[in-house]
Amino acid sequence: MTNHWNDLQYADVLMVIGANPAENHPISFRWISKAIEKGAKLISVDPRYTRTSQMANTYAQLRSGTDIAFIGGMINYILENELYHKEYVSAYTNASYIVDDQYSFKDGIFNGYDEKTRKYDKKQWGFKKDKEDKIIKDPTLKDPRCVFQLMKKHYSRYDIDTVVGVTGTDKETYKEICKAYASTGEVGKAGTILYAMGGTQHTVGTQNIRSYAILQLLLGNIGIAGGGVNALRGESNVQGSTDFGLLYHNVPGYMEVPTDADVTYQGFLDRITPKSGYLTNKPKFYTSMLKSFYGDNATKQNEFGYHFMPKLGAGKDYSYIRLFDAMYRKEFEGLMMFGANPVVGGPHASQSIKSLANLKWMVSIDLFETETSSFWKKEAGSDPASVQTEVIFLPACSSYEKEGSVTNSGRWMQYRWQAIKPKGESKADLEIVHMLARRLKELYKNSPNPSDMSLKALTWNYGESDHPDIDLVCREINGYDMKTKQQIKSFGDLKDDGSTSSGCWIYCGFYPENENLAKRRDNTNEGMSNFLNWSYAWPANRRILYNRASSDLNGKAWSKDRVGIVWNSVEGKWKGNDIPDFAATKGPDDPTFIDPFIMIAGGKGALFAGINEGPFPEHYEPYENPISNAFSSVQLNPAVQFGEKATNAKGDVSKYPIVATTYRVSEHWQSGSMTRNVPWLAELVPHMYIEISEELAKEKGIAYKDRIIVSSARGEIEAYALITKRFKPYKLKDKTVHHIGMPWHFGYNGIATGATANVLTPNIGDANTTIPEFKAFLCDIRRAK
Amino acid sequence: MDFTRRQFLKLSGAVAATIAVVELGFDDKKARAKSKDFKIAELKPTSTICPYCSVGCGILVYSKDNDVIYSEGDPDHPINEGTLCSKGTTVRQVYTSEKRITKPMYRAPGSNKWKEVDWDWALDKVAQNIKETRDRTFVHKENGVIVNRTDAIAYLGGAALDNEECHLLHKLFRAGLGLTYIEHQARI
Repeated sequence: MTNHWNDLQYADVLMVIGANPAENHPISFRWISKAIEKGAKLISVDPRYTRTSQMANTYAQLRSGTDIAFIGGMINYILENELYHKEYVSAYTNASYIVDDQYSFKDGIFNGYDEKTRKYDKKQWGFKKDKEDKIIKDPTLKDPRCVFQLMKKHYSRYDIDTVVGVTGTDKETYKEICKAYASTGEVGKAGTILYAMGGTQHTVGTQNIRSYAILQLLLGNIGIAGGGVNALRGESNVQGSTDFGLLYHNVPGYMEVPTDADVTYQGFLDRITPKSGYLTNKPKFYTSMLKSFYGDNATKQNEFGYHFMPKLGAGKDYSYIRLFDAMYRKEFEGLMMFGANPVVGGPHASQSIKSLANLKWMVSIDLFETETSSFWKKEAGSDPASVQTEVIFLPACSSYEKEGSVTNSGRWMQYRWQAIKPKGESKADLEIVHMLARRLKELYKNSPNPSDMSLKALTWNYGESDHPDIDLVCREINGYDMKTKQQIKSFGDLKDDGSTSSGCWIYCGFYPENENLAKRRDNTNEGMSNFLNWSYAWPANRRILYNRASSDLNGKAWSKDRVGIVWNSVEGKWKGNDIPDFAATKGPDDPTFIDPFIMIAGGKGALFAGINEGPFPEHYEPYENPISNAFSSVQLNPAVQFGEKATNAKGDVSKYPIVATTYRVSEHWQSGSMTRNVPWLAELVPHMYIEISEELAKEKGIAYKDRIIVSSARGEIEAYALITKRFKPYKLKDKTVHHIGMPWHFGYNGIATGATANVLTPNIGDANTTIPEFKAFLCDIRRAK
Repeated sequence: MDFTRRQFLKLSGAVAATIAVVELGFDDKKARAKSKDFKIAELKPTSTICPYCSVGCGILVYSKDNDVIYSEGDPDHPINEGTLCSKGTTVRQVYTSEKRITKPMYRAPGSNKWKEVDWDWALDKVAQNIKETRDRTFVHKENGVIVNRTDAIAYLGGAALDNEECHLLHKLFRAGLGLTYIEHQARI
């Protein structure tokens, strides 16, 4: 989230798209309700009429996988009717930048495309520069080659009739939403966008979110209270686990992982460090991180231990889908899982079970037996005798049987204390990784092999007992001066000469001196419900990102009701209700005073930005789709990569005419590995079901609670039929299609059991992140005999 | 013995309700105070954050010896101000559930069942497996470049763990052991 939960109350209009907070983030809805009480409008855009829709002023039906068409139409409406925030767009975004002459867009394809590799040369989407290498701008936004005009042209194709013909939204409702949301472009108004996996789990997932960001920039909604682009994250610490680099392509703090093309540390730093913007400081953060890994073994002479780090194969994709592809091809033999249940949570689940059998060994660390840890059992559809995988299960304890911090969606790092000792022989994951690391260090202690130097150089100073001292871990994450061992106060003090250490630079500052600020519990509201003394928010305890944009070009708040930070000319600094996300003393004399987006070179919000499939989001149909693309002759996102053919079955509309999506319920959580084992929750939602419309039920002769079978190109599942008015047939331009949905929480283990929805979902991912396209696929249904 | 709620209601619900009404009348303030005396008067609440979604609601956990007696929304928490959803409300049962695994288990190749093992044996086995696979597959240098990696062991998980755990897991598996396949729920 750019903003945070309490901040939702300050919105004038809230648009929830691809999310269902009333059911999946129930307590967040208190703040949405508060906004509504104060007169705000709530818009719900979803394939299904959810409980969020029920609370909304306006509900729009949206066929799964058509967000860009929906938002593109809104962008067009705003530009055509000049409803955007003019000063903000002109001064705070790159709308005025003149784009390179070679930029073009024709029939769904931008310039620089290579059909063979399905990749674009992103360098061809640059800006025009003058002799001094400065970007040429037109602040009047009239130049036909400026970002603003090119964007206007691009989205002029997204007229209302074409859009609703694709999305299946009622035309009058769509117009109403365009008008209501565009009203937040008025100076002083705030609109917020809330999204979750309904936005991201698509082959165009990243561009879906970019389209929300563009809309928000046009309306001046970023950086202000009650605004922002807000991801409603699904797990208690998925924010933190991402911050700490548990993805193949990131080390902590969203920095790059070296590849075998990065032969020297300096060369690597040169590649990953931008020439302007705040991230010019990246070498300080990277070197400090290496010091936190290797301590005194990281020296100037050995390039600060750079070569101890593994280098990825350049250009190789190690992401989740590819990981399972590699497992299918028997390319690796061991799997460590710390709280993961891919057999229920991953795409093409039946294939995952087969691929797991290719492992030599697997370790599952969890609270309960998961479907993945017991994939070799008969209940999983396996033949135990033929599964040669050795499986070790280590019992973990739950969150309040240990201590440590988690970071919520609003980036608040909150500490949890231990309420009881771990149940039975279960242990904290911290203890498990500590005991394992100590054993491995012992095994390699006398190795003379160069291969083992990384592990030998790794520092592991968290105490000598089996129980690690968590306070030492916290201090290492924050960072300290290598000589004095004094805690570093802020990431601004980190150095690139090896004199400082910090495990994760964006968290540097949470533990200055002798106080772990994640433990703070002062709930005084000192203004705009930012609760600056409650826990700690990264970075630098800022509660609303890009908050410089909450003020106008002179540093005065756009709205007196939404003061973020304002320029205090008497004191010569930024002050207000938040920690400035800006240089605190940078005043109007500085030419970069009006550059709020400090993480981006140039400091302007990126309306035009090259990600894998182009600088502007463009609508393409999902991998499996019921109609031809109405916007171009390109059906699928042209930058999507295909993985292992054998696991990539694709269903055709002739055989699978129904659009399907998955969703969650309040009573269960993710793969259900916890909630299906909690008796009260298992009792509340005990069965897997498939939700279908009354119209489809009638057509297929299905009655409420009938057992039905849903089939896709990947497999089929059986469950109860739940017939509701919440799904309606979609009236698209040339035909009507049915749409169904189902929860994805179920598996065969636990108290509440049921068929796994992900048996049906496709093994294809987004062109940037490779997140699987769980949310839009084709299927057919029939009654079970 | 643990009862499920349904069993509990069947066994004692009606009786308990009758007694409460007779003893305390209909003064719900008194009833609340009385029930507090019974349950948690001598217990110290411990502050935690809900383990489920990312709203980050505060919960107070009241525990005693080997049991979690009660839990409730933390009234001082600025986000939930004492309220909780169905999942947060039932957080006690994450501890009390009979389905919790409390001992390390081992499943041998080809076997159709788990066998309970002790921690030392299990951790030694995991360490040996990692070492055996790593040593055989590790690439120190490729085309003259130090790459220090193994593509033969994968790591998954972490979205429900603490930050401190994520830091150590990343440190051990990437910076120490040289794994490349490191992924978790944020990708899916």
